[in-house]
Amino acid sequence: MSLNKDAIFKALADSTRRLILDELSERNEMTLYELTARLIMKHNLSISRQAIAKHLTTLENAELIKSKKKGKYRVIVFNNQPLKNLLKGWIE
Amino acid sequence: MKIIVTSIFVQDQEKALKFYSEKLGFVKKEDVPTGEYRWLTLVSPDEQDGTELLLEPNAHPAAKEYQKKLFAEGIPVTMFGVEDIHEEYKQLMEKGVKFTMEPTRMGELTIAVLDDTCGNLIQLIEK
Repeated sequence: MSLNKDAIFKALADSTRRLILDELSERNEMTLYELTARLIMKHNLSISRQAIAKHLTTLENAELIKSKKKGKYRVIVFNNQPLKNLLKGWIE
Repeated sequence: MKIIVTSIFVQDQEKALKFYSEKLGFVKKEDVPTGEYRWLTLVSPDEQDGTELLLEPNAHPAAKEYQKKLFAEGIPVTMFGVEDIHEEYKQLMEKGVKFTMEPTRMGELTIAVLDDTCGNLIQLIEK
């Protein structure tokens, strides 16, 4: 659990990654293309696809996102369970 | 110099012709047998002398690979302009067209992405 905690805080420490979670929490699921388009066109970030992929790996390591296969394409899904578990001890 | 034709790879020309004419409303312009395949183009009903869309067979393995990899990440192969994207989305949904991205405001534009059932994703744009 403590390892996972570190991974979560590491994932949340970056503003781009928090923005990715903001965008993902708006929709249940999103293709990588849609997420990229939102970051670049909606938020005017100058970010490469490779950089986004790296951020997603960090988020995936913290189990904050999951990638699901949907027929011929993949979608990214926000998983907020680790956050709930993390805060439970402090908030309740 | 003018852009007279733009092409899109399809798995099956006949199936693609049906989708692009019946679902998206384009009009068949040229249909010439060329050996195993056809030189098959469509135009927009609003611009029948405009740029033609060529439905090109994806027989080459590289074409199939290109389609598969872009599709997996949700990347569209081309884009079409529409007057009213929300109206278009509604009508296409009623015709059973599947979208991987519903109309989404992106700064100055609103975009949506649909599945052409022939191996491609197509982006619609309302400026």
